[in-house]
Amino acid sequence: MSTSAIIAIVLLIAAVGFTLGYRKSQRLAAGSAQKAHSRAVYHGMFVVSWALIPSLILLAGWLIASPALIAADIHADMPEAIENGTNPRLAYQMVEGIGAGLRALPADEQDAAAAASAADLRAMFQRRGIMVASASEDYMVELAVKRNRLEDYSRIAMSAVVILLAVAGAAYGLSQIAVRLRARNQVERVVGGILVLASSIAILTTVGIIFSMLFETIDFFGRVSPTSFFFGTVWDPGFAAAGADPTVGQFGLIPLLAGTLYIAFVAMLVAVPIGLFAAIYMSEYASRGVRSTVKPLLELLAGIPTIVYGFFALVTVGPFLRDMSAQLNGLITGNYQNFIQAQSVITAGIVMGVMLIPFVSSLSDDIITAVPRSLRDGSFGLGATRSETVKRVILPAALPGIVSALLLTASRAIGETMIVVLAAGVAARLTLNPFEAMTTVTVKIVNQLTGDLEFNSPQTLVAFALGITLFAITLCLNIIALVIVRKYREAYE
Amino acid sequence: MTDLAVSEARAAHPAASERRDIGIKRRYAAERRFKLYGIVAIAIGLIFLVALLWSVFSKGYTAFFQTEIRVPITFDQSIVDPKNSGGKDTKALSMANYPRLVQNGIVALLGIDPSDRTAVRAANALVSQSVRGQLRDIVLGDITTIGKTQEVWLYAASEVDSAEKGQYDLSVEESRRPLKDQQLQWLQQLRDDDRLQQRFNWGFFTFGGSSRAETAGVGVAIVGSIYMMVIVLVLSLPIGVAASIYLEEFAPKNRLTDFIEVNINNLAAVPSIVYGLLGLAVFVNGFGLPRSAAVVGGLVLTLMTLPTIIIATRAALKAVPPSIRAAALGLGASKTQMVFHHVLPLAMPGILTGTIIGLAHALGETAPLLLIGMVAFVADYPSSPMAPSTALPVQIYMWANEAERAFVERTSGAIIVLLAFLALMNITAIILRRRFERRW
Repeated sequence: MSTSAIIAIVLLIAAVGFTLGYRKSQRLAAGSAQKAHSRAVYHGMFVVSWALIPSLILLAGWLIASPALIAADIHADMPEAIENGTNPRLAYQMVEGIGAGLRALPADEQDAAAAASAADLRAMFQRRGIMVASASEDYMVELAVKRNRLEDYSRIAMSAVVILLAVAGAAYGLSQIAVRLRARNQVERVVGGILVLASSIAILTTVGIIFSMLFETIDFFGRVSPTSFFFGTVWDPGFAAAGADPTVGQFGLIPLLAGTLYIAFVAMLVAVPIGLFAAIYMSEYASRGVRSTVKPLLELLAGIPTIVYGFFALVTVGPFLRDMSAQLNGLITGNYQNFIQAQSVITAGIVMGVMLIPFVSSLSDDIITAVPRSLRDGSFGLGATRSETVKRVILPAALPGIVSALLLTASRAIGETMIVVLAAGVAARLTLNPFEAMTTVTVKIVNQLTGDLEFNSPQTLVAFALGITLFAITLCLNIIALVIVRKYREAYE
Repeated sequence: MTDLAVSEARAAHPAASERRDIGIKRRYAAERRFKLYGIVAIAIGLIFLVALLWSVFSKGYTAFFQTEIRVPITFDQSIVDPKNSGGKDTKALSMANYPRLVQNGIVALLGIDPSDRTAVRAANALVSQSVRGQLRDIVLGDITTIGKTQEVWLYAASEVDSAEKGQYDLSVEESRRPLKDQQLQWLQQLRDDDRLQQRFNWGFFTFGGSSRAETAGVGVAIVGSIYMMVIVLVLSLPIGVAASIYLEEFAPKNRLTDFIEVNINNLAAVPSIVYGLLGLAVFVNGFGLPRSAAVVGGLVLTLMTLPTIIIATRAALKAVPPSIRAAALGLGASKTQMVFHHVLPLAMPGILTGTIIGLAHALGETAPLLLIGMVAFVADYPSSPMAPSTALPVQIYMWANEAERAFVERTSGAIIVLLAFLALMNITAIILRRRFERRW
């Protein structure tokens, strides 16, 4: 029985339990002189809680534990693998593959297949168009049959136990219903538990991010030394195709990091002045009408997906800059050779800067507007012009907030992917020339993980090392931004 | 304003300005400059917005039209149904040599000598290679067409389509362009006969990915995106609302809730590609979910959208005035009843607005989907969320990497579709807010 079918049956039991509980509560309340403590709905939900919670917890536990137990059992039966020097983990994966293949065979071929040798089985699989690893051996077929059998037993047992538990839970809940049962309090406790669970998902996600990347990164550092990763200046990972020597490849982080920071720097150079001046104009000068049309228009820029910016950079901005540089070069030197590449630091930087304008402007706008009116009035009263007020009073007062907004913007620029994938190029080199292509950490994560790659090679694992580096950098920026705001914020009360 | 007027008046008075120069002119010039910087900054922002939208729309609107050629096709029985099965042998019918029918039709139409092989090949190249499916569907749909002649609108080849839309410079010398003089002459002939037309491209909304531009569409990608959006909505709305209710209404002020809050704020700023790595490591490698399936994409996007929804929901809950809570509690409601019966319904418009904006953000997200393998070439509609599928932004990414000229148009067209969906969602959010939001 499939997991979803089990869940459906358990839900059905819960629904029946609800109706019975509801009815029983009403009946008891009608026949009793006392007033019921809780309304009938809560009695119904009380039964539902008893039916669902124990059985679903058991189901989840079983689903997690059973594959591990079966794997342990199969590993214990695998002496040949150790003798042959095959990696037991790899061997188990093959057994799994054969098991899945056996399940895909039609029923009338199952028995023949179970008794067949590895070579015969491979032929049978091929006839049915089932893909299996080529290096399977005879003992694996036996183990695969055993594994499938264990799996079947486990599933039957699980279905029976979970459904029985749901029925038993519902029955217990029903038997507890009484006029003075404090059902509402208990149901509310369950609801509270669910709420806590939901909010802990935020923690789980963070833990998941850190651990998933940490394990793969440790694996990676087992093959490539951390010093050559963090301080290497050459990025040339080679290919992870089957048959190629996987140890070849240099994984130097420096060129990627340099490209990331350079492009982010160009983007900030575009976004910060434009965004900041736009915010100042809108909060200090613009009339209500201008503000209410311009602000949403600028915020449209934030709503456009980054892939659209990437495409814009690729087909419009890049070629435009390239042709313009060729014209410029021709006018000055007579040689119509472009000095800006279509894919370059400056293309990616400008377009990313445009994307960041609304972040800078709306964050700064909020912060500038939050500066109290009394400061402005005081400055005007002393005879300062508007611009002097902005420069000498408002900006210093808003500075911590603006700095933290800029740090958040920078963190977004560093983590941005689609624009640089399309506009920055893939060549990992160290250069100071903004007119040439450089590449970034995010581009390389995408490059290393798309396409058909063997998962267990340094070429793919490096993506996780890059990812955790990126995560650490952005986390630091975010935390510094948070600390600045908390520490230096002026309290105007 | 009055002191401005006074100082202006003073500046106009020559004697006064001679007496004491307090740099008013310089300061006012600085003031005007400063104001100008602001206007220039806003203008640059708006110019970029217009340039971006113009670039996409001017390149993309042609994708909604497709050049088609009307050709009289004779469904010759000796080609369609050589065994004369009377239409019962559908396998043979679907395997028949349909391109041959098209070739016969177009050769007859243009009056070419069938033995002139170069001319026949050149004429055949005007029509898309996708005709097989089109004619097969006609025959399988109505068996009685066999043996009859029927006028059929066939997709033109992508070169013809691009030329018709003016995307090729046809004035360059013949050897350097994809369409030769002879073919252009035929096209003129067809145009004069009213057999060459640009018609609305329904296929763009129903086809899947294809290596041929004329049969590439966003239909499959839209289905994949819808699957993911449903998963995101079903998971992130209840979880996000539950988490916000706990943090806003129940949580005691202690280290743990403070930690959760810092976590949520930080998660909102984590680069989206990191979520892709999480999805790859946990959902694909850890839980063994299939690669490039919509369910994995949906889960990843759910985790990514949750912080946005939680932040919006908390703001909406905060906006409900304490008097409502006090009244509910005063009438004897329990705290849970107060929250679920009174506060939550009042906060709902704000929550929905935040959710829709979060969903719109998730719909345009590309990077994490690339990592979980949704870049796979998918030509068929995914039958379930577990089947391999692709998403609209990923389709845009894949087409953006195609070299052919016709794909630039398709990419821009797909972007227009994506932007239309986003606009629709945002407008819904705005209407919801205008309609139902209450100010206390």
